[in-house]
Order: sequence, then structure tokens, then C-alpha cells
Amino acid sequence: MMRPLQTCWNWLRRGRTAVIGLPYLWLLAFFLLPFLIVLKISVSESEGVGFKDVLVVKQGLLQLSVKFSNYVFLTQDDLYFKTFVSSIKYAAVTTLLCLAIGYPFAYFMARAKATLQPALLMLVMLPFWTSFLLRVYAWKGLLTEHGWVAELLTALRIDHLLLSAELIPALGRYMNSPFSLVLGMVYTYLPFMILPLYGNLAKMDLRLLEAASDLGATPWVGFWTITVPLSKAGIIAGSMLVFIPCVGEFVIPELLGGPQTLMIGRVLWDEFFSNNDWPMASTVAIVMILLIIVPLAIFNRYQAQAQEARR
Amino acid sequence: MSGAKTWFGPGFARGFGKAWLAAGYVFLYLPIIALVIYSFNDSRIPNRWSGFTFKWYVALTTDREMLAGLWLSLRIAFFTACASVILGTLAAFALVKYKRFTGRTLFSGFVSAPLVMPEVIIGLSLLLMLVSVQRAIGFPERGMLTIWLGHLLLGMAYATVVVQARLLDLNPQLEEAAMDLGARPWQVFALVTLPMISQSLLSAWLLTFTLSLDDVVLSAFLSGPGATTMPLVIFSRARLGLNPSVNAVATLIVLIVSIGVVVASLAIARAERRRALDIAAAART
Repeated sequence: MMRPLQTCWNWLRRGRTAVIGLPYLWLLAFFLLPFLIVLKISVSESEGVGFKDVLVVKQGLLQLSVKFSNYVFLTQDDLYFKTFVSSIKYAAVTTLLCLAIGYPFAYFMARAKATLQPALLMLVMLPFWTSFLLRVYAWKGLLTEHGWVAELLTALRIDHLLLSAELIPALGRYMNSPFSLVLGMVYTYLPFMILPLYGNLAKMDLRLLEAASDLGATPWVGFWTITVPLSKAGIIAGSMLVFIPCVGEFVIPELLGGPQTLMIGRVLWDEFFSNNDWPMASTVAIVMILLIIVPLAIFNRYQAQAQEARR
Repeated sequence: MSGAKTWFGPGFARGFGKAWLAAGYVFLYLPIIALVIYSFNDSRIPNRWSGFTFKWYVALTTDREMLAGLWLSLRIAFFTACASVILGTLAAFALVKYKRFTGRTLFSGFVSAPLVMPEVIIGLSLLLMLVSVQRAIGFPERGMLTIWLGHLLLGMAYATVVVQARLLDLNPQLEEAAMDLGARPWQVFALVTLPMISQSLLSAWLLTFTLSLDDVVLSAFLSGPGATTMPLVIFSRARLGLNPSVNAVATLIVLIVSIGVVVASLAIARAERRRALDIAAAART
């Protein structure tokens, strides 16, 4: 009688069970379960302040009452569709710009003097430690009238260029435009691009480049045929670290974006806080998850591979 | 071809590299410098310099809303950091030490997903769950506890990554040697593993502390009446426009964080050196 209990107790006492079980249960309860609830609410009928249960026992029969009207509404409403498309567009542009600025940056960091590298790395991480909210707010000051960056851009006549690309509403006005939004997102997420790329490029075996050079490749050819392909994992990790959070970004569009810059994170926020429409907010969240699930899977795969490679 | 080489030679590449790095650092630091400078601006009108003053700092000392927010944020950040390091260390151990267990892929996915998952999704889903739980059992009330739960989810992910990186770098032979010499598993952990990963625990603690101190979105979803954290106060003011009190708070945060990071990294560098010396000494005997 006591035997199975004893085995069970021994199993529980084992370190392995506790080490895996505690964080696992925690994540199941506070990460997976909430998503299932969001999924449920997105398809349930609201009933006063609460929601009808999706599964109801009625007259001895288990009934499934699922309502897809929120999803149908989402596909028919033009604004939602436009918002999803523009969120992805802004996130993609931000990712490409971060890559264009961050790759050379990480490359030159990784090829700097070895004694300098810890300091250079620390200088990239330091802004990351100071408040993200305050750094985004700072751009408001730099881009409004008489702000440093605004003055500089106007003096260099870059505003003509931006206006012709319809990125700002008028000459000399930079705030609340697609320009200020993308600038803010690139600024915030640039370190997330630089750090994985640096980690990757710093580990590269430079003898490969010497070999290429001995075989007659110019530095330019060596860079494109050896360095870039070898840093693929870093490029993917960095791009996903920028792209995925950017799709659902809320704080930056709220502080730097304008009426023109539709972002899905803001729509979700408004559905929830202004319209109090919880089922709609849940539906938007579910669609957003569907949009990022593939990039997320790619990110997880590369993350896992990177861990294995370190072994 | 040789003509092209004279201008695109190694000298040019080095100069270009330096210029690119310099421009990048200016980009990263310019907003922070501007925040600090304008916190001493006498004029109420933003971006119009009219003289040096400390008045925004003096005003902060009587800013009830901000001070109450700061106190709440500090408490939440402290508890978040402690709990994140514990859960993060466990999760890192599970992933590094046990290569096979049921649902390992799912587990590693769950651990790293909050790193990139948009915060509005995490905040909304956690809130809806907590509301359902509260309706069922009357607990927990929205407030400090619920904010802490949200921050912990995010903090745990970051803590796991930091500790995991350190665990992967450890030499497993040291732990094996301790086992061979008869140490119990918990003794191996307390006497061998823990001292070796203590620096990563410290940096994970500091990182999760600052993350929690800075979070807006999760706090906004999970806070209740009377539980307004400092970032929420700052955010509501920043939404309305430029506000010198925000600049003053920012300057203080930048100052404290820079001192903290510099002191911590000096301490870590010293500990590393001492350990290297110890290892060298041990190798000689």
C-alpha cells in the first residue's frame, strides 16, 4: 500500500523534478494558460460584464458555442486590415534599417583592437540599461521645433527629401510622422541587432579570409562570400529580435507616431482601454500572434542551435 | 584596378570603420545627453535655453505622484529581480543539465518567447487570466501583486538567458570532480557551481531590476487603482508633451544606472582577475 506513495515521494524529492518542474509549471500557468483564455474570449459571446462559457452543458448535452463574428469583422473592416499591413511594413523597414546600420557597426566593433572591444561592447549595452521610455521621450525633444536634430535636418535640407517621400507632413515638421516613428524604433532596437551580430562576427576565424586573399580574392569578395554567409545566424537572430517586438510596439507609436502611422499595438490598446471591447482586443491579439508565429519559430530554432553550438 | 586600390585601401577602410562607429555612438547617446542638458534649463518652454537652474530637481522633492510611483516601482523591481533570478536559474539549469525530458522543446520555446513577444499581448493575456481567476476565487486584486507577476514573466526570460550563457561556458569537469570526491548534488551546487555563476546571477539581478523599473505596457495592463508605477507617471506626462520634470527624473536615473553599471563591472573585473590568479596559483602547487 505504501510502496507507490513512497516511489512518488522519491520522484518528487529528486532534484531533477524540482529544477524542471518549478519553472515549467510557472510558465504553463502564467504564459500558456493566459493565451488559451485569450483564445477563448476572442470567440465567446459577451454576457453583461462576463463571457459565456464556450462549452456549456445544456439538457445533458455538451454544447460548443463559438462565435467567429469578431474574426469575420476583422477581415471585412478595412481599417484593421490596413493597420496589420502597415504594422508589418514599419517593422520590416525598421529591421532593414537596423541591419544596414548595425551590421557595419558590429563588423567594425569585432575587428577593432582586442583591448578596446570590451569598452565598445559596454558602450552599446549602457543605453540599454537606462530607461527605454525616457530615451524614446528624448527624441520628442530632439525632433520638435528647435530641437537639435530638427534644426540639423532642416539646415541640411533633408526635410525636402523626406517631404517628397511623404515621410513628414510639412517642411521642418518631423514629429508624429512615419519618419519619427521609424527613427524611434530604429534607435530603440539597434542594440538588439548589434549584440547578436557582434557575438557572431567576433567568433569568426579570420584565417578563412587570409586563405581567400591568398587565393586571389579581393577584400570585398572575401567579405561577401565568407564573412556574410558565416554571420547568417547572427543576422537572423538580430532581425527577429527587432522585427517581432516592432510589430506589436505600443510605446513608440504612442509617443512619436501620429494619426497617419497605424500600428496594431495601439489598436489593441484602444480596443481594450478606450472601447472596453475585450473580445475584440483578444481577437486582435490572436491575429497578431498568428502574424509573428513563424518569425518566432525561426527565432527559437536559431536560439536553440546557437546554444548547442556553444557546447 | 590599382587606381581603385589607392583610395579603397586598408587605410580608407579603417578610417571609414572608425567614422561609422563614432556616428553610431553619437546616435545612441545623443538623446541621453540632450535629456540631461535640458533638465537644467530654466525656461518652461522646451527646447528654448534660457539659463541654468536646479528648480526641476527641487520640484521633484515635493512631487507626491512621482515619489509614490518611484517607491512602488522600487519595491516591485526588487521582488521581481529576486524571483526572476531564482526561477531563471532553475530554468537555465533545466535546459543546460537535462538534455532530455518530456516537452523540452516546448519549455525552451516558452522560456525565450517573452524576450520578443510584443508586450501588449503578454499584458492583455495575463490580465484576462487574472481577471478570470479573480472572478472565480476573489483573488488577486489588481495592484502590486499582479504587476509583479507580469514583470516576473519578462524578467525570468532575461535571467534565464544570462545564467544559461554562463552555465554553458562552465567546465563540467569541475562539477564531476566534486562528485567523484563524494560531494552530494546540493553540495556541488552550493560549493562549486554557485560561486562560479555568482557574477551572472548578479548581472541577471541588475538587468531584471532595471527592466521592471522601466516597464510601461505590462504595468498599464496589470495595475489597479492606486497602483501607479513611476513609468506610468512618466508616460502619462510624456504623452501630453515635453515636461521638464521628466528630464530631471531621467537625469537622476541615468546617473544612478551609470554609477551602478560601472561599479558592478569593475567589481566583476576584479573578481575575474582574482580568480585567474587563484587558478594560476593552484596550478603551480
